[in-house]
Amino acid sequence: MSLNVEHQSVRTLPSEKPIRLLDNAGHAVHGAAAGGFELPELDTLLELYRRMVIARRFDVQVTALTRQGRLATYPSAYGQEACEIGAISAIEARDWFFPTYRDSIALLTRGIEPGDILQSFRGDWHNGYDQHAHRTASQATPLATQALHAVGLAHAARLRQDPIVTMTYLGDGATSEGDAHEAFNFAAVWQTPTVFLVQNNQFAISVPLSRQTRAATLADKAVGYGMPGYHVDGNDVAAVYAVTRAAVERARAGGGPTLIEGLTYRIEAHTNSDDPTRYRLARDVEHWKRRDPIERLEKYLVSEGALSESMRAEITDAAESVAAHTRDLMTVEAEIDPLELFDHVYARPRAALLEQRARLEAELADAAIHAAQPGAAQPAGAAR
Amino acid sequence: MTATTTEQAAPQASAPTQLTMAGALNAALRDAMAADDRVVVYGEDVGPLGGVFRVTDGLQAQFGEDRIWDSPLAESGIIGTAIGMAMYGMRPVVEMQFDAFSYPAFEQMVSHVAKMRNRTKGRMSLPMVVRIPCAGAIGGVEHHSDSSEAYWTATPGLTVVMPSNPADAYSMLREAIDGDDPVVFMEPKSRYWSKAPVALPVTTAPMDRAVVVREGTDVTLLAYGPTVRTALESADAAAAEGLSIEVVDLRSLSPFDDETVGASVRKTSRAAVIHEAAQFGGYGAEVAARVTERNFHHLAAPVLRITGFDIPFPSPKLEEFHLPTPDRVLAALDTWEWDD
Repeated sequence: MSLNVEHQSVRTLPSEKPIRLLDNAGHAVHGAAAGGFELPELDTLLELYRRMVIARRFDVQVTALTRQGRLATYPSAYGQEACEIGAISAIEARDWFFPTYRDSIALLTRGIEPGDILQSFRGDWHNGYDQHAHRTASQATPLATQALHAVGLAHAARLRQDPIVTMTYLGDGATSEGDAHEAFNFAAVWQTPTVFLVQNNQFAISVPLSRQTRAATLADKAVGYGMPGYHVDGNDVAAVYAVTRAAVERARAGGGPTLIEGLTYRIEAHTNSDDPTRYRLARDVEHWKRRDPIERLEKYLVSEGALSESMRAEITDAAESVAAHTRDLMTVEAEIDPLELFDHVYARPRAALLEQRARLEAELADAAIHAAQPGAAQPAGAAR
Repeated sequence: MTATTTEQAAPQASAPTQLTMAGALNAALRDAMAADDRVVVYGEDVGPLGGVFRVTDGLQAQFGEDRIWDSPLAESGIIGTAIGMAMYGMRPVVEMQFDAFSYPAFEQMVSHVAKMRNRTKGRMSLPMVVRIPCAGAIGGVEHHSDSSEAYWTATPGLTVVMPSNPADAYSMLREAIDGDDPVVFMEPKSRYWSKAPVALPVTTAPMDRAVVVREGTDVTLLAYGPTVRTALESADAAAAEGLSIEVVDLRSLSPFDDETVGASVRKTSRAAVIHEAAQFGGYGAEVAARVTERNFHHLAAPVLRITGFDIPFPSPKLEEFHLPTPDRVLAALDTWEWDD
């Protein structure tokens, strides 16, 4: 393989009207609006529906647990299920996923345990799951930084001739970061098998898209890097799945990266510490609630006779079971060994860290002795 | 992999030849790439040009573009993609070209390179090396002569080393590439062309150890990278005045070798640290504090710092006034009260 490959650069702008395969009433869309993509098979749509219902139930449950103080914070993806689930369902277990802090429901769909997903948000360790086992990187908090990791891993896999694809999610605000630019550019120059999904939920905490960019669509940016860009209805899981699936297949076949913008809306606050009434109108939220991604697919599946009442009941049960499992996990206090603080800073032990570890160990032993002798444990002044 | 009956022949040490530090680094990269096909090298201009300091000279011709290649001009992109490659089991060795050019990559370095192992509870190591040509005295224009070591040493999770001679440069780079921790490998530009007789492949002291490079009894000079030469010249000059100076080459800035440094300081009872970087909040402050905390009752005088001024690195025609010199070192030692 030569890195000096001459390749055809993309010069066509994405459509300004988002690609859509199901309209808001749940009717199939044909013709130019579908952008040349085909509606996925009913079985696939049914599975996407099931995954979205479970994901939303999980999201609602975790938001409730956060309000009860069981988690320190949780960035909800309520309303973004079509982007979150549609794209992640288009990659395979062998592929690598590079998520942001908002993408917990995509991790759930990827088969990661709820307790492991939430470990960082409840505060007992930064990251709870095995990255290698799930081929899923830690949820990144610094914006767009993980996109470069996705490009690097994809390039390494390509050098190794492993036919894997990397997928990363970014928010609309993240596209303003320098690392987004560098990731798009490196991916295009190196022609890495990487799919960038920009979830344009229209607010970066409180800053609206109009103050983030003057580009007509975020997908337009792809053209400047010489890669294909797609502007997709992000509340249409059929469209998100079909477009990302095509991008994944092209990437796996050596066709390089793709930038996909899913136009969606964050129904909940940025996190539990945010007050969205300060920066957006209730009527806008209502407008987007009427474009719910789950209801849209449900209407279609019912109209096609593909979703029976018994199926719906079974899916609801499965979702309730995930929610109950999550509740059970989050009501148990975490047990963390403070001495583990020093164990994972370096692969090679350091004398200075071992000294500090011994100091903490002595403090803990002292505290245990004081705890065993009530009265002695009272700090000075506490008896007043 | 099948076991073979013939042991792989141990590399034959060559006869010592005069080698520059740039040549030693080039040999280390060449040997590391030959020994382990997970090692890849990239950065700006490292391919056909061989790097602006020729440290990667000839490597692309030998190993091809899949092992060593020119990246787009973007330091955050270089570090960020190296993280992804290390996650996939490669051992990327990337170049930052010049010290101050590493600053666009600061976030990737401190938020991800340094923390990945910790945040993943030890499940994900990042075996990568970031080579940073550093420091001044080569007449570089602004942004080409910074000493950025304090930024990196203040970041838990990073290992920061700086060789001062060709043999160490070879040995330490091989060790950095072979290890599982990410290493900031700082290369003093003013020493790239300094020669010493070296028989390759050479293994010197372990990368995390300081080394006494000149024995003495009255004062310990703690130096690293470019200031090891300054310290040795100071020791020569002091010897003419009857003062016996011991010089310790720190080599590893993080971790700090308290043992070797402490033994020397307890022997001489006086210590001074020399570096090019600004003094305030600089690496020397950490050295002085550690040496004092651990050896106070053995010290006859406060630990001194002989450093650059607290200014942005000056222009080429003024850098000689900024950089620590033997005269400045000896003048600093004169500020102590001596019994005799």
